Amino acid sequence: MNSSTRMVLSAALFIAALFVPQVPALQPYLTQIAFLWVMILFALTWDVLGGQMGYNSFGNILYFGLGMYATAVIQRDLYFTVEEYANVAGGEQAALTTAEYLFGLGLGMGTGALLAVIVAALLGSGILGLRGHYFAICTLGLGIAAGELASGWDYIGAGSGLVTPLLPDALGERGPFFYYVFLILAVIAFLVLRRLYAGQFGLAINAIRDDEDKAEALGLHTTRYKTVAWCVSAFFLALTGGAFGNLVIFIDPTDVAFAGPTFGVWMVLMAILGGKGTLWGPVIGATVFHVTQELFWTYLFGWQRVALGLLIVVVVVFFPLGIVGWMRERWPKRFGEVVDAEARKAQISLEGES
Amino acid sequence: MGNLEILVEAPIFSVQLLLDGLLVGAIFALAAYGMALLWGVMNIINIAQGDFVILGGYVTLTLYNAGIPALAGVPVAAIVLFGVGWVIYRVVIFRVVDRDLFISILATFGISILLQQLMDQIFGADIQSAESGLGTLFLFDNQVTLGKVKLVAFGTVLVVGAALAIFLKKSRMGQAIRATSQNARAARIMGINTDRVYAMTFALNAAVCGAAGALVVMTWVIQPFIGLAYTIRSFMIVVVAGLGNIAGVVAAGLGLGAAEQFAAFLLGAEFQIGFVFALLVVILLLRNAVLKRKRQVLK
Repeated sequence: MNSSTRMVLSAALFIAALFVPQVPALQPYLTQIAFLWVMILFALTWDVLGGQMGYNSFGNILYFGLGMYATAVIQRDLYFTVEEYANVAGGEQAALTTAEYLFGLGLGMGTGALLAVIVAALLGSGILGLRGHYFAICTLGLGIAAGELASGWDYIGAGSGLVTPLLPDALGERGPFFYYVFLILAVIAFLVLRRLYAGQFGLAINAIRDDEDKAEALGLHTTRYKTVAWCVSAFFLALTGGAFGNLVIFIDPTDVAFAGPTFGVWMVLMAILGGKGTLWGPVIGATVFHVTQELFWTYLFGWQRVALGLLIVVVVVFFPLGIVGWMRERWPKRFGEVVDAEARKAQISLEGES
Repeated sequence: MGNLEILVEAPIFSVQLLLDGLLVGAIFALAAYGMALLWGVMNIINIAQGDFVILGGYVTLTLYNAGIPALAGVPVAAIVLFGVGWVIYRVVIFRVVDRDLFISILATFGISILLQQLMDQIFGADIQSAESGLGTLFLFDNQVTLGKVKLVAFGTVLVVGAALAIFLKKSRMGQAIRATSQNARAARIMGINTDRVYAMTFALNAAVCGAAGALVVMTWVIQPFIGLAYTIRSFMIVVVAGLGNIAGVVAAGLGLGAAEQFAAFLLGAEFQIGFVFALLVVILLLRNAVLKRKRQVLK
């Protein structure tokens, strides 16, 4: 498959995605399909660190929740006082005009993203100096600490959560509106990451993944690259979170915003399932995971989370390359890799010996 | 922070907090000792560490509900968890020992989620505990109360810790474990079956966690999803104490226990877990800042 066919295919996929909300048969499932774009965003942003840079982050959900809360708080404080808002709680009187709503949403998402980038830069310059397991465990702590903190902070609703303003009638149903929001976000994130991976930045973070000491010895400012990578990931996650809060209307601190056991785990699994360290891997992994989850998992009656743990173990231990990684190993030429048959044979026989 | 005044006005409260903290900290130290062992020998950070602890608690709880005294749960939990650890090693862990950190940490992360959810399905999400029936000591004119079970737990920790240390020092297997931790390849050349050593280490660690969990369920409470906090505590203690430093592990464990009790009293009990996680982040940031000053960076 050469690059022009791939381009045509991608464009066709995008146009098809644009028309999904117009198909009557898919109308009832529109929110579910909007969730798919969110899942793709999760997997893509996790893969920046987890795949391309080789740094496990279990705490990326921090930025998702941060963006969500920032957006909701700004939407609330722009037009209401806290007391007023608590009384109406997003009911009739809290209805906003279209312009007000869009302005609040845009400003909130922008601020949330900015905030997330600042937090990522501050935290990153500190903890990204940590290697390997120190970083992994530290991020594990971050996500949960944020959730605990949010559950105790009254200004943002504490444990009882926060309600976002309703979508004005002029913008139509929530489903189609946020479908487009997430579609556009996912496409932008994909294109930005593709551009980044193709350039010097991508080479640098791949070098960090392959051998950080050597990368540093060669003069790369590894901590700086790592921090930037985390900021990119935080930026898109915060935008996603901001819009996601408005899609689900109700923000619970530990079940929606800082939902480590669900979203936080899914992003890891989806990226690995699809193939970490590849561009299309997270997209495919997220799609496969989300579709199977929607189709089958309701039949597991509460055992789905047990299955989730099992799935992670199985995928990580037996299928660490993921779908795209496996295809790449199987048909390297189709991925534009030059294969020297002799060297390949020698490599395989070496692998067999060890 | 309103509780600070209480502490100033009635200093006897701090004795209470300190005692509670130190006694519970000993249990943290026990789990951390296991983590240090695993880390040192296999270079694996076991994210499921805390879930082993909680599983040990549930084993004891099951016995207790069947009418067997909770104290008998300590050895039983250790034996059951030894088996669980052995099986997990034989099914999953041996495939990831020699591979990169990325895979081993994700694999144990998956095991952790699996165990949590399994316990949630089997035992329910409620907070539970087992009554030891040992009664309570009253000290300082009845101003300080102390469950006798906490003293028993403290003693048990000492016994288990000492037994483990002696096992590692004296027994043939213990020597093999230490040799493998020094240099796995050399150990293999000298005829040590490192695979068996790894299996033994992993199972031993699980057993230690199981004993710790049995003590937790008697002195405190357990809940399927609280395991992660124990993993974080163990990790924190090992990071502060350093690998292979038993005295350091004990000191750090006791210190963490006391710090947590004071934090919970001052900030409110609902922030105790949040405090643990925030403390971890702070400790790692500090550690990094200290290391950075020692490192030369090219400008």
